Amino acid sequence: MGLALTSTVSLTGLVGNFIDVEVDISEGLPGFTLLGLPDAALSESKERVRAAITNSGESWSNRKVTVSLSPAWLPKSGSSFDLPIAIALLMAQGFLPNLIEPKTVFLGELSLDGSLRAVRGVLPAVLAAVKFGAVRVMVPAANYLEARCVPGVEVIAVANLRGAASFLRTGVVEDFLIQNQPDLLPKSQLDLCDVAGQRVARGALEIAAIGGHHLFFIGPPGTGKTMLAERIPSILPPLSLSEILEVTAIHSVAGTLAERDLLSALPPFIAPHHTTTSVAMIGGGSGAIKPGATSIAHQGVLFIDEAPECARGVLDSLRQPLESGSVTISRAIGSVTYPAKFMLVLAANPCPCGRFSGRGRGCTCSQQSIRRYLQRLSGPLLDRIDIRVFVEPPSRAEMASDDLGESSAVVRERVILGREVAARRFADETWNLNSQIPPGQLRKRYCASKSAMNFLHLELDKERLSARGFHKVLRVAWSLADSRGHTIPDESDAITAYQYREGMELFH
Amino acid sequence: MGKNQILGARGEELVAVYLEGRGYQILERNWRIKDGEIDLIAISDTNILVFIEVKTRTSNAFGHPLEAITKEKAHRLQKLALAWLVLNHRWGSDYRVDCAAVIIPSDLNYEIDYREAVL
Repeated sequence: MGLALTSTVSLTGLVGNFIDVEVDISEGLPGFTLLGLPDAALSESKERVRAAITNSGESWSNRKVTVSLSPAWLPKSGSSFDLPIAIALLMAQGFLPNLIEPKTVFLGELSLDGSLRAVRGVLPAVLAAVKFGAVRVMVPAANYLEARCVPGVEVIAVANLRGAASFLRTGVVEDFLIQNQPDLLPKSQLDLCDVAGQRVARGALEIAAIGGHHLFFIGPPGTGKTMLAERIPSILPPLSLSEILEVTAIHSVAGTLAERDLLSALPPFIAPHHTTTSVAMIGGGSGAIKPGATSIAHQGVLFIDEAPECARGVLDSLRQPLESGSVTISRAIGSVTYPAKFMLVLAANPCPCGRFSGRGRGCTCSQQSIRRYLQRLSGPLLDRIDIRVFVEPPSRAEMASDDLGESSAVVRERVILGREVAARRFADETWNLNSQIPPGQLRKRYCASKSAMNFLHLELDKERLSARGFHKVLRVAWSLADSRGHTIPDESDAITAYQYREGMELFH
Repeated sequence: MGKNQILGARGEELVAVYLEGRGYQILERNWRIKDGEIDLIAISDTNILVFIEVKTRTSNAFGHPLEAITKEKAHRLQKLALAWLVLNHRWGSDYRVDCAAVIIPSDLNYEIDYREAVL
């Protein structure tokens, strides 16, 4: 009776797979068979497609319909196959021209009345479509702006199946409503000048931003740990175009694009609650494997408040992404790798009651319970954190002062300069941030000045510094040198870096 | 006979006439055993045994008539066809199962949607 072919893209993580959607209509009892390992949402597609076709004024064939999604061995999930299936069905019945030129990829979920609903993961899907040589993509109107971010492809946005069919018949795109225009400039309403005092913590924040170091804030409740952390994206350099696409693609798959301006150059800030599970943290799920907080925070900041309250496994699951910059999640349906390069910021109270500061007068915790509280953070995790800062309550004078601290814009300028210095130094290397210098290189090409090395070797001799700690301190010293305009870290840089790492006796 | 049974009998009659017009020879009508009934059994112009299930409706309001044939019903048809072959010593001969949808909106006109080899 009829045979037709359309194409679409399905996602495995962020990787697109080119899918051929074949429809065959043959004699026989009315029925609809969907082949090609569909998941639950995709199996329900036949009911949506059928209702959408009849409610769009097209006719439905009361024949034996077989839809095959190939490659057949690849498990497929999601509702974005509705549109390519519906179009192929209309083509197979002869209601649409049976040839689609140029090469077009269709994406979209149909509602029963025939209108097209937004789907997740349009950006990575369109990127993949371009890679597979598609010249044109047809997407739901609600995904238009997202699809348009991809260069080199014609985007046809349609509001409903009727619009899609009329475009294929006449080549005329019907009007549709474009929702909110995106703002391409990085903007963050949060500014560092909102924070009263906290000179030391601000300094640490800036150094961490220059070198991409992970941070640990300790301090009593209400001193501004969260405020400081939330403002880190505002002092980080804006994302580059390729980073923007990568971040937007992850948010598109995770379904969190609504919380973020499309194509925003502002690094993301993600703050999962401390009761979060390790699946929510690193990603997972039984159907489509979704990215977790570590990937949603890619190229940005992952902030975990009340870190010792986290279940131990949750924090330790961060070790793989911290080490490799990506997470690989394996499930029965396959394994998926998401990028996960983020700046980790942990915050904790100094003790369970939270009042241990200064001379610790208000604190009611026993020595033992304080030790047990902070011991919940495992050694291997703390080892990956370069900078630890005690956030003291602001003094009376700081609170009363009416001159605001430096604004984020000023600090960001310095961070960008510092990073440029480092990038020039690492021009021939495979890394570009101080926190990424490998240990071997720290002892050869990138060691500090003689006096600084002497100081650190002395600390090593006194067993106050471990070998790993030694490397960490050196990396922070490089960031300090970049910020202070030293060409090579001197003794003062090494001492400050050492204080950032070992300054907290609570851990010893 | 109830209203629907009259309609069904009319549909079967119309299909029989249609098949004879195509050169088929009707062997049995409403062949019935304990397990069910076959509406029409015919032998085609190419000498193949054909078992036909006829569905008759006055409109498409409740879906296409052939949608009423579920997987279980199709399976039962298959079993009945085999039973007929055994009882009539025709075991091993070529056969197929067809379905016909008859829409009779009024006394004056009708429409037959005939589908061969549906199983």
